[in-house]
Amino acid sequence: MTDQSQPSTTRRGFIKAGLATGGAIAAGGAANAAEPDPLITEIQPWAQGLGDGVDAVPYGLPIEYEDDVIRRNVEWLTADTISSINFTPIHALDGTITPQGCAFERHHSGAIELRKQDYRLMINGLVDRPLIFTYEDLERFPRENRVYFCECAANSGMEWAGAQLNGAQFTHGMIHNMEYSGVPLRTLLEEAGVQTEGKWIYVEGADASSNGRSIPLEKAMDDVLVAFKANGEALRKEHGYPVRLVVPGWEGNLWVKWLRRIEVTPQAIQSREETSKYTDTLADGTSRKWTWEMDAKSVITSPSPQSPITHGPGPLVITGLAWSGRGAIERVDVTIDGGKTWQTARLAQPGQDKAISRFYLDIEWDGSEMFLQSRAVDSTGYVQPTKDQLREVRGLNSIYHNNGIQTWWVNGNGEAENVEIS
Amino acid sequence: APAFAEKFGLGRPALPEEIAAWNVDVAPDGTGLPEGSGSVEDGERLFSDNCAVCHGEFAEGVGNWPKLAGGEGTLDHEDPLKTVGSYWPYLSTAWDYVHRSMPFGGAQSLSVDEVYAITAYILYSNYLVEEDFVLSNENFLDVEMPNADGFIVDDREEAEAHFWNAEPCMEDCKDSVEITMRAAVLDVTPEEETDEVATEQEEITAAADTQEA
Repeated sequence: MTDQSQPSTTRRGFIKAGLATGGAIAAGGAANAAEPDPLITEIQPWAQGLGDGVDAVPYGLPIEYEDDVIRRNVEWLTADTISSINFTPIHALDGTITPQGCAFERHHSGAIELRKQDYRLMINGLVDRPLIFTYEDLERFPRENRVYFCECAANSGMEWAGAQLNGAQFTHGMIHNMEYSGVPLRTLLEEAGVQTEGKWIYVEGADASSNGRSIPLEKAMDDVLVAFKANGEALRKEHGYPVRLVVPGWEGNLWVKWLRRIEVTPQAIQSREETSKYTDTLADGTSRKWTWEMDAKSVITSPSPQSPITHGPGPLVITGLAWSGRGAIERVDVTIDGGKTWQTARLAQPGQDKAISRFYLDIEWDGSEMFLQSRAVDSTGYVQPTKDQLREVRGLNSIYHNNGIQTWWVNGNGEAENVEIS
Repeated sequence: APAFAEKFGLGRPALPEEIAAWNVDVAPDGTGLPEGSGSVEDGERLFSDNCAVCHGEFAEGVGNWPKLAGGEGTLDHEDPLKTVGSYWPYLSTAWDYVHRSMPFGGAQSLSVDEVYAITAYILYSNYLVEEDFVLSNENFLDVEMPNADGFIVDDREEAEAHFWNAEPCMEDCKDSVEITMRAAVLDVTPEEETDEVATEQEEITAAADTQEA
């Protein structure tokens, strides 16, 4: 049991920065100004001189004042940075679409560079006509646009044994949500002609790791996309340029990047990524395999450890993300007292199938400490469980699929910390 | 009934040589395994030259790099050691993965016989074969993997059926709330300010020791 009376001994660097900025904003925004505000009464340079020309930045980056809204990695998680992970700054984003430039990466042998001219996609195995497609071929098939989340199976995995990383970016940031344009995998498989003995597909990438995975034919013929655009533009190199697989609702490892081959097989290949990895060990030592769906999950992104309350008591926007691999988000409940009482939050848009939803709860904060939690409910009636409920079934060694309810402890100063509570 | 799929006539037939070049996966029943063989003795030398810098001379792992041997009987422990010997259900996976993706940074550089030899050496390192063992496509399926029966197909919809409960508690759900664990006490989150990193190194190392990479 931790002594609650002790203040946090190590103040985070980014919180310090956040509080400094926030203080200045709070002073400027006071309800009744004693002195006229020089930002109003004095002519500012930007109101007098000229800004940049339209030729200054052919492809722009965010303004420098947003330079903390970036991917971060956690060095001690992996042996090197090549087969590793980084994290989306979800604590600083709003809405649901993840900007590609700060959307998380997970590679097993690095982000490779594969030109469209060098790109080839093979379909082989139990098909009538084994085929080779060029990138140009793929753009000639009828296209679909769909928004889906891609969540790493290991998102929140470091938190199985308890509260460890202090920030929503680190605890929940192995996720992005994009609008994909591409061809239904079904269309390509039908072009090759799947034979009746075909029960699975095996998909692999062009990179050295190959990341081969087996997918039941039923899913392949349902909603899987072979995507080449995300959020309107080509995939980023690190997200599989020029072509990746989009496997709605299923763990991110299956979203094979730099997709080069689809083999129709009678059986699962049981590759390294579905035996050694992405299998979930239970307390008795047996392990679940083929845990494909990502269950309903949510997290409050603000306030959170990297996004403290800087404006003092009064109106407060509590906001966060919810998603489910089994369907659409129907509802998100939020508690400010650690789960004694819950209120249903407001969804910014009706939930979409296997895509992220944004929720808001607007409260009047009285300045007292809060234990914030969110709880997602999806269209199948699944209710996001607590971490303890998950541990009762699975133990502590599952590594993957931790969708337990997150708690932020907000103190009277508005600082938030990742905690677990009874 | 759905209409027969329209064909677009896009793409071209894959040639046998092309399929042979890319279609190298091996299934648990041995499908895809090429003809060849390799001994523990040859594997030991090859492993030393190509693998040991990361995985150790005895496949025991160096630093944070994966351990390929050891961990027998630890899967129900607090901190299980999951290796080829203690965890992997199929030998086909080891052969396939080494052949296609190892060594890290120099993948697809091993010949078929070399992969048989290295796989034999990994088995030997896990005390699963004798030192004079020779692995080939013919005796491949005779090797017994200790954790072959250690896996069940995803059973969440049965084992976790109680999570499907669309009427969760909304009021008076608990009497008290106590903090049981704090991330700030562990303090392993990366800092923006670099001068704090050095002082945190010891704690980070301690945390990494408890972490499955």
